[in-house]
Amino acid sequence: MPCQLPEARRRNFCEVAIGFTEEQALLEAQRCISCKTPICITGCPVEVNIPHFILSILKRDYVGAANIIRDKNSLPAICGRVCQQEDQCEARCVNAIKGTSVGIGRLERFVADYQIDCGSFATPFIAPPTGRRVALVGSGPASLTAAGDLARMGHKVTVFEALHKLGGVLAYGIPEFRLPKSIVGIEIRQLENIGVEFVTSCVIGKTETVDELLDEEGYDAVFLATGAGLPYFLNLPGENLAGIYSANEFLTRVNLMKGYKFPEYDTPVKVGKRVAVLGAGNTAMDAARVALRLGPEKVYMVYRRSRAEVPARAEEVEHAMEEGIEFKFLTAPTQFFGDTRGWVTGMEVIDMELGEPDESGRRRPVPITGTEHSFDVDTVIVAVGQGPNPLIQSTTPGLNTTKWGNIITDETGLTSRPGLYAGGDVVRGGSTVILAMGDGKRAARSIHENLMSTNCSRN
Amino acid sequence: MANRILDKTAIADDICRFIIEAPKIAKKRKAGNFVIVRANEYAERIPLTIVDSDIERGSITLIVQSVGKSTRLLNSFCAGDELADVIGPLGHPTLIESFGTVVCVGGGVGTAEILPIARASRASDNQVISIIGARTKNRLILEDEMRETSDELHIVTDDGSYERQGLVVDPLSDLIVQGIDIDVVYAIGPMPMMRAVAELTEPYNIKTLVSLNPVMIDGTGMCGGCRVVIDGKTRFACVDGPEFDAHQVDFDTLIRRNRAYAQEEKVSLERFENEQVARFEGLV
Repeated sequence: MPCQLPEARRRNFCEVAIGFTEEQALLEAQRCISCKTPICITGCPVEVNIPHFILSILKRDYVGAANIIRDKNSLPAICGRVCQQEDQCEARCVNAIKGTSVGIGRLERFVADYQIDCGSFATPFIAPPTGRRVALVGSGPASLTAAGDLARMGHKVTVFEALHKLGGVLAYGIPEFRLPKSIVGIEIRQLENIGVEFVTSCVIGKTETVDELLDEEGYDAVFLATGAGLPYFLNLPGENLAGIYSANEFLTRVNLMKGYKFPEYDTPVKVGKRVAVLGAGNTAMDAARVALRLGPEKVYMVYRRSRAEVPARAEEVEHAMEEGIEFKFLTAPTQFFGDTRGWVTGMEVIDMELGEPDESGRRRPVPITGTEHSFDVDTVIVAVGQGPNPLIQSTTPGLNTTKWGNIITDETGLTSRPGLYAGGDVVRGGSTVILAMGDGKRAARSIHENLMSTNCSRN
Repeated sequence: MANRILDKTAIADDICRFIIEAPKIAKKRKAGNFVIVRANEYAERIPLTIVDSDIERGSITLIVQSVGKSTRLLNSFCAGDELADVIGPLGHPTLIESFGTVVCVGGGVGTAEILPIARASRASDNQVISIIGARTKNRLILEDEMRETSDELHIVTDDGSYERQGLVVDPLSDLIVQGIDIDVVYAIGPMPMMRAVAELTEPYNIKTLVSLNPVMIDGTGMCGGCRVVIDGKTRFACVDGPEFDAHQVDFDTLIRRNRAYAQEEKVSLERFENEQVARFEGLV
């Protein structure tokens, strides 16, 4: 796919991937062989009819193609950008067995953008009002997906968001150069158009409890999609020095509070000359590439395993490398040093080697004694994962959680409390946009079935 | 929109009291809770303790001292204006029980935060001894309110311009020396003051709680910016606090982390002041 050149994009926040031209899309679409049994669909957590939408591209009916996707997926322009297609639908594409899979994600993005550019959104079929009301907590991908599906099933849907801006991780986490916020805004407007109501700056679990939503506000069901919260740290000496951010804090300062426009915007973000990002997941990759765009001389990515175990999307790793981020594989931090003002000035690391696979299935990193060495950094971003936000769990009696605080659900998304469903990162731990969307879809279906059965468990 | 300023009064030099329409927060808030306020589209999200609430009016009271840009901006708002966001009530409420004798220590604008704790302590049948202090007489706030809710009130000013000259730890030290049986000390104010209180009470083993004010962004347990070191462990002030056992707080780390943006705060404030001057000059 065409991209901005690395030397240009490493200093701007404009979108990296430019997207297919019509000609490129048509050429790519021709590579689909319309399998009799399209197994690509089984790789899609939201069950998009992939061959059908690609066929519409070949007929040059791009809006029609977008609407076929929208039938299953309310957020095609977002998924076309951030979904890990290479591990999902594209991994099952028959073309992939002998060569390269059809670029399903890129085609999805092409038709979604085409539809946005011409403003031609079909009004989807909306079932007659059921008189049932559903509250969705959090406005990230799981909730947005559930909202679209539930609204189309005829339920009255309200989405509650704790922050002042909608989109959850799509707004505060994923940077503009990977997912323009205008795209998120447009997809959310489509949901408003079909009657979804959004309430910002309302912290469910604090401003109102889940029980109040169910018992006093008269919601018939609640879907909890509060995402990941509380960032993990490494608990190393010096980790609370100034200049050491969690990835969430760093990305929130930049993406949500527009810290890169300080002092026009009031929230500052500080990036010095040498930045180290700890971790190598998608969030780490985003943090490193955002940091790079704020103008330091050097950005390191410090990861304790090797290139083969990097959890981030391949495309993002390649983009990061092209942009000049230096990867220090098989390297683990051991401590941080600071100056008299309490600002970080350096870190000590140790070389690692890989042992036997651990419970995660990845080979366990083992430190090599005596290889400790230090290097100078003045900004550190810790991106080693996060635990679930604790607010709802601590104010909702009878809600079963794992020992890490993740909400436990059955295969339909139902929690230990009747009428209360959950999905996305608060259930899975750190995961991906598309899996969160799959959870939203699944919960919407079971909420609908539950609300429509005469034997509604809440009555 | 429910974030309208219903009333604003200047209660001391550079210190304003706001009554803000926020019915849901008013209904829920307890002593020790805070809100995150964002004044407008460009503003920071800043935490402010809820001083009081009126359920019938559906309002909360906030008291703001002009220090940096964000607080000056807030104090430039008037009755009738709307704030972009008011989110809460956040944080754990203060631990209030029938302890016996409690001492409530408020330094500077911290007095605004100690007032709801003094009231709640009184309501829980405690003997309430309060100590409030300010740099100078014109900065002292809530004297009447504190007197009304305390069995005993001590006032100090740094410069001696009103009542006793000294620091808030002076009357506290006297109480301890006099052998008054103190069950709990609550102390809220500038960081050096809270540390001084903690250092004073620790040898006597008096349970002491402080409310910490680290740099905070979302306030709901997402960003991790408000991390503090308590008993050697990293905790998050927004969801684990904001109140902690004063004897376990690593004040050095907190003070250093709070200074991290000193330079940016200066830039921001100067820019704001220049804008104000430009606006004023445009008017005349």
